[in-house]
Amino acid sequence: MENAKKLALHRKRKQFVEALFRSKMSLVGLAILVFFVLLAFVGPLLYDYDHQEYGAGEMLEPPSKAFLLGTDDLGRDVLGELIHGAKTSLIVGVLATLISMVIGTVVGISSGYFGGRIDAFLMRVTDAFLVLPWLPLMLVLAALLGSSLWNIVVVIGVTSWAGTARLARAQTLSVKERQFVERARSIGAGHVYIMRKKILPNVFPLIFSNTVLVSAVAILSETTLSFLGMGDVLRPSWGMMLHYAFEAGAVSVGAYWFFVPPGVCIILLVLGFAFLGHSFDEILNPALRRR
Amino acid sequence: MKLLEVRNLKTYFDTREGVVRAVDDVSFSLEKGEAIGLVGESGCGKTTTALSVLQLLPKEGRIAGGEILLNGEDFAAKSEEELRKHRWRDVSIVFQGAMNALNPVMKVSRQIAEALLLHEELTEEEARRRVLALFDLVEISSSLVDCYPHEFSGGMRQRAMIAMALACGPKLIVGDEPTTALDVMVQAQILALLGKLRREFGMAMILITHDLSIVGANCDQVAVMYGGKVAEIGPVGKVLRNPCHPYTQRLLKAFPDIRGEREMVQSIPGFPPNLVTPPPGCRFSPRCDAVREICFSREPAMRCVEPGHEAACHFAEERS
Amino acid sequence: MNSEYLLRKIFHSAITLFIVLIINYFLFRIMPGDPVSMIMRNPNANPSMLAQVKSLYGFDKPQLVQFAVYLRELVKGNFGMSFFYRQPVIDVIGSRLFATLVLAFAAEIVAIFLGILLGKIAAVRRGEPVDAAILGFSLVTYAMPTFWLGIVFIAFFCVHLGLFPTVGMYTSGVTFAGFADKAVDLAKHLFLPAVTLAVVIVGGYSMIMRSSLLDVLSEDYITTARAKGLSRRDVINRHAVPNARLPIITIIAINLGFMIAGALQVETVFSWPGIGRLMYEALKARDYPLLQGIFLIVSFCVILANFAADIMYGYLDPRIRY
Repeated sequence: MENAKKLALHRKRKQFVEALFRSKMSLVGLAILVFFVLLAFVGPLLYDYDHQEYGAGEMLEPPSKAFLLGTDDLGRDVLGELIHGAKTSLIVGVLATLISMVIGTVVGISSGYFGGRIDAFLMRVTDAFLVLPWLPLMLVLAALLGSSLWNIVVVIGVTSWAGTARLARAQTLSVKERQFVERARSIGAGHVYIMRKKILPNVFPLIFSNTVLVSAVAILSETTLSFLGMGDVLRPSWGMMLHYAFEAGAVSVGAYWFFVPPGVCIILLVLGFAFLGHSFDEILNPALRRR
Repeated sequence: MKLLEVRNLKTYFDTREGVVRAVDDVSFSLEKGEAIGLVGESGCGKTTTALSVLQLLPKEGRIAGGEILLNGEDFAAKSEEELRKHRWRDVSIVFQGAMNALNPVMKVSRQIAEALLLHEELTEEEARRRVLALFDLVEISSSLVDCYPHEFSGGMRQRAMIAMALACGPKLIVGDEPTTALDVMVQAQILALLGKLRREFGMAMILITHDLSIVGANCDQVAVMYGGKVAEIGPVGKVLRNPCHPYTQRLLKAFPDIRGEREMVQSIPGFPPNLVTPPPGCRFSPRCDAVREICFSREPAMRCVEPGHEAACHFAEERS
Repeated sequence: MNSEYLLRKIFHSAITLFIVLIINYFLFRIMPGDPVSMIMRNPNANPSMLAQVKSLYGFDKPQLVQFAVYLRELVKGNFGMSFFYRQPVIDVIGSRLFATLVLAFAAEIVAIFLGILLGKIAAVRRGEPVDAAILGFSLVTYAMPTFWLGIVFIAFFCVHLGLFPTVGMYTSGVTFAGFADKAVDLAKHLFLPAVTLAVVIVGGYSMIMRSSLLDVLSEDYITTARAKGLSRRDVINRHAVPNARLPIITIIAINLGFMIAGALQVETVFSWPGIGRLMYEALKARDYPLLQGIFLIVSFCVILANFAADIMYGYLDPRIRY
């Protein structure tokens, strides 16, 4: 019995991967993500850069042979900062998303599974978090916790789970009525067991594609928080680059090499996640086929 | 001169999967005041045929051949601008009365008045009076005149749509499954109303349905369609009593007769044909139980079995 | 309108508001360490402020009483005292509210108008290059940090081209001859920030309008409208669009969170003297009472706006009205 199930699962996974490679959108998304992952983790190994080295070049120098993307307000190599800063955005985005996904899934499944008062209560809380203006909330939390990378991760994770919760709950509700849940209950399986073994596997695919999309938003949030001054001064990051560009008046001087590249990188990275997430959605949920 | 003559009509759709030959060489005609039923399963081309008359096809659809002569004028050749003048005035449509056949955010009276004001020189007041008169005609209480579609019951919505269709006094009215969503009692009322109005105003009707029993009581002619073509056509009495196309025969068997012997209702096995690459030869051949060698290679022409009664089958006369 | 609908919406809004209040209340207390010493960390705090905070929050009394005190003070309009401005928080916020409202209102109008227009074009010309271009535009603006767009705009239009002023709501230190002059000055300052903010939401609106319109165009009543002899343009404008734009109303309220996040960034970048920039300054100065007050008021506005949108939707869609 177990072998048949394993075989079916294996086949489904193969189908999924095949569909993924057929879709143009997912290929573009994957390409972008692979590029940035390489940039973030392999790039620093190939290109040297010291975040603390002030004055490697003149301040706000335009692109030249020595510095391909010019220098920032402290004379640092913009290209180096760009390459070494990719890691920050990626890590924060992914970690924060993981936190939000866990919270959202637990809340959503519990809400859908138990129903009744628990459901009503959890849904009100979820609705509140959906309605709340996310940036002010994040700012207040960040201000209270202090500016550091880990705090940003926690702040984003703790404020972005509501959408995932809604999704998880809806899916749980549709799965709850199915036969295998009834069967499991009739043989005396405990709640947690059922939620873990029966409901979670069915909810997971939908959550997964949602998670990729949430990552896109998480990255944007990190960038915004860093720009507003809540980022980590000690680490290179795209958001902080923009923060300094703004604070140091690079804008009024027209030092476009300083503030344009980080923005473009962010746009591309977010698009990469968005494309991938949308194509996951389309593959896993055929009702959404594009018109 | 006949009111409507459809000659060798071909309507195709350009889709991503290829050209769908939804209507492939369909011909029939109607005299003034006559009613013809277009019968067939979903996707056989009956609605597309009717929509082609006024060129109300979606973006991907086009008339690929044939003529549509309304009082002698070829409508298939007219431009969109010319057609607009004739729409509703010469030919109008009544759709299935499910929720969204009427615009949900516009008052019903306004929708009817719109048709009037578009084609006639009327003041708002005169239009309103005409709307009230139409409500009367179809037996809807005038207290509902300023209400929205969702406040009407299913039967009343259908009456309202009939009222709207009559507004400009058309010579031909097309009913696209007008009673399918209604329960049997209401269905009978609506059909009776349609019959009465038709006789009163001398309107011809194309009745599209998949329900053969309605056709028998309400139409003069019937055209059985299959796979985008006409399988059998003729006066309704003759076709129903003497079906010569295997498809028509199976259709009749699929409808139990309350007076006849007790027998099992037989459905027709198989699937409708692919209209992008239809089968060579007769389109019904894959599902026909009286099929023979020639059916797979050669398309049957329309053969006359009785005066006015034709069937598209190589062996039509044999079954007569 | 349907009274059951109305009551249900009021109830929901009230509960959401209550949850926000609780979150706000606990935010300050769940933090590690004594809230009092946290305030002490702020260089601007002094003993009299400390005493005020202590009595305000009633730190020496049981939790439930503290919460009651908190609620009572809120209702009285006492949101605490700003460290930085040495004024009641509510006064500080009040003085900046107008600027943000002007900005938000202008941006929303532009976004709704453009969103409906672009969505309509994309739907009517589905599959053509225009459609792809609009889709691409929506995607890119979604992925773009708002403040970055503001920065780029400033660099290009203000610094490079010199077309617009970069800072503030009015030109400072100038007395205006009349209302018209003042309005023109405001418009010049308002243009870029409003456009930047509008870009944040326009993408979403146009996509919603597009899919909504495509849905509507496949309905029977559209074919009926065409069959009546209406021109293609009249069919779309008189029958399709009025149905298609209903979902946008709901979206306006849901999007408010994005609007606020966007306003915050736009005001910061353009030095627009509104609540958004106030929050940025409060952040820099670690002015906790001010931060909390802004958060509360903004949340309250969002809840109110959602409620208003629900009511308006109920009014516009006759299926709910009766």
